[in-house]
Amino acid sequence: MLDPVFPHCHLLGIEGLSPLEINHLLDLADPYVEINRNRENASESLKGRTIVNLFFENSTRTRTSFELAALRLGANVINMQIGSSSVAKGETLIDTAVTLNAMHPDVLVVRHPQSGAVKLLSEKVNCAVINGGDGSHEHPTQALLDALTIRRRRSKIEGLKVAICGDVAHSRVARSNFYLLLTLGAEVRVIAPRTLIPSHVEKLGVQTFNDMRKGLKDCDIVMMLRVQNERMTGSLIPSVREYFRFFGLDREKLSLAKPDALIMHPGPMNRGVEIDSDVADDFERSVIREQVELGVAVRMAVLELLAKNLAATRTNVSAAS
Amino acid sequence: MSKGRASKTAYIGARLLDPATGLDETGDILTEDERIIGIGPNLFGGSPPSDAIVIDSNGLCASPGLIDMRVQIREPGEEHKESLRSAAEAAVAGGVTSMVCLPNTEPVLDDEATLEFVARRARLQALTKVYAYGAATKGLAGKELAEYGLLADAGAVGFTDGTVAISNSQVMRRVLSYAATFDLLVIQHPEDPALAGTGVMNSGETATRLGLSGIPLEAEIIMLERDIRLVEMTGGRYHAAHISTAESVKIIASAKSRGLRVTCDTAPFYSALNELSVGDYRTFAKLSPPLRSEEDRQAIVEGLKTGVIDVIASDHSPQDQDSKRLPFAQAAFGGSGLETLLAVSLDLVHNEQLTLLEVLSKLTCVPADLLGLDAGRLREGAPADLLFFDPDIGWKVIGDKFRSKSKNTPFDGRPVQGKVMRTVIDGRTVFKASPHANSA
Repeated sequence: MLDPVFPHCHLLGIEGLSPLEINHLLDLADPYVEINRNRENASESLKGRTIVNLFFENSTRTRTSFELAALRLGANVINMQIGSSSVAKGETLIDTAVTLNAMHPDVLVVRHPQSGAVKLLSEKVNCAVINGGDGSHEHPTQALLDALTIRRRRSKIEGLKVAICGDVAHSRVARSNFYLLLTLGAEVRVIAPRTLIPSHVEKLGVQTFNDMRKGLKDCDIVMMLRVQNERMTGSLIPSVREYFRFFGLDREKLSLAKPDALIMHPGPMNRGVEIDSDVADDFERSVIREQVELGVAVRMAVLELLAKNLAATRTNVSAAS
Repeated sequence: MSKGRASKTAYIGARLLDPATGLDETGDILTEDERIIGIGPNLFGGSPPSDAIVIDSNGLCASPGLIDMRVQIREPGEEHKESLRSAAEAAVAGGVTSMVCLPNTEPVLDDEATLEFVARRARLQALTKVYAYGAATKGLAGKELAEYGLLADAGAVGFTDGTVAISNSQVMRRVLSYAATFDLLVIQHPEDPALAGTGVMNSGETATRLGLSGIPLEAEIIMLERDIRLVEMTGGRYHAAHISTAESVKIIASAKSRGLRVTCDTAPFYSALNELSVGDYRTFAKLSPPLRSEEDRQAIVEGLKTGVIDVIASDHSPQDQDSKRLPFAQAAFGGSGLETLLAVSLDLVHNEQLTLLEVLSKLTCVPADLLGLDAGRLREGAPADLLFFDPDIGWKVIGDKFRSKSKNTPFDGRPVQGKVMRTVIDGRTVFKASPHANSA
């Protein structure tokens, strides 16, 4: 039967999920953290299932994380890295979806450079789809692993002040985190130069700051975003040195946040651009490696849950016929 | 001035004019070292402090030293046209105690090192206080943002591409947006370069008769309208330099009434002259923007009167002989303006269009506040930057007698009224008019 709390076929985004649903996903992921640490065999719950990592954009960590999660649950994994050259062969996204669907995979993990592409693809297949990041839209498993990291360190998310700093305009991580953190009752602040803040972002419920010193004041969590090098050529930011001076996280700026504030980063980091190594490598404060670790647990929980829901719908279909 | 021992000066019997407070009465000023320590009517009760040097002002007007927010200094790069030293000498003769230079030097003021070079040279060479704008885009190329944060920390008081407009709308949007990150002022030369094209004077009957290609009013109007939409979109702080058309005044007025952070200035050229000054191909009257029609000139005066135009700036653009002794179309744009700033602005008072305090406010406290300078006020604790002038003395502008290296004034030969008698910077007299000269 379908999961009673999370009866969905896909995980396309955080937007629209209820606090109950989000907490349910986090509750399911939590036990896998210890299981992974102890190198126990998690389960064989996905034995015989096929997971396809369909990546239209380069990725190492997210793809590896999904692959490990699937393998630890006994699934078969196929990685399809579709470079831009293959797209140039002319097959449309929908044709790719239909072709893959004909081979009967169970779960598709999809990353695509265009916002909305994963949803479009999900409408053309009858397997489960997980959004592994679509354009500047959403990256739901990243937000879930961030939330799990925070929850395990601070026991709850409600009432925390979270600063999200950097290239919010182009960040799917930022958007998924807005929805998740706001849904669970955190206060979310965006800190960036105005050229990196998308218009009307306040309407999503976040506060914006242009002065990092003001924005970081009394924050419990400081989440840094990667600033891509191609943004540094002068069109949005004049230079790396100016960015680091005003928006890079260093010891001095961090001192304005709460003394025990956690430092997070979705990776990969640009040391000396958005974050100083001094704080990135601070064992007491930085939970950046823990985020990566918990990512596998979160993805195991999501894969397992969606596979279960998929089995339930297929049973229903065959029962009906 | 001796260090370590206080040096006091008492200026007695002056007509005190402080536009920031509306003060206009006879009184005295006491300065100690670089600051004003006392000001008011009958400050000394007849006997100034015994340790002070006493200067009898004989009823001259005493106002804060002028702040000129738009000056081109050709150092570094074109010192034969103007150096920091010659510009400063022209400035103090014109009553200007603080001037802000454009970044269109060679090299361009788009990095901290060049900005600091100018600041250091200014300290060593210049009599006046010199501030600078940073380049809005790297190399003034209109493409990539310059380092506003770092440049502002190094002393840049605003950002502009100088005499070139930022024409790409996306770039201008980002300029305003990025500057707003640090709450910095963006100053635009509002002229659509494509529409201005190869024009050399105002489009109109005169240009047609002379066979010169024209710059339409719309080049300014369209750029202003566009910029104001972008200000509305980004929440930036925007200042339009040297507006010259009647329609521009309306556009700025409407932007202000919508609560946008928009200000503007004009130069005495545009309140005092019209396109007829071009006359028989006079290249000294080739300015950017071009001198407009008489209706436009009147509207600029009206804009000053109603307060839509916030600031009067000289738009000092020194050019050497070789740049001006050319066929009109080939001659350089620009006019020397520092030494005529006060006298030509005072036309507005003599013509009873503005009060003396109104004119002075546009030359002192308003630009100071706009740029965040500690200047432009007569009050205790303020820097002792003072201007003593006689508003009524008549003289004739003669470019050849300018202290500026460049003599290219469109006011050459013009009789004016109002003369700078003494300029004081940081408590020190840096200019004193010779009592009998009646021309500059």
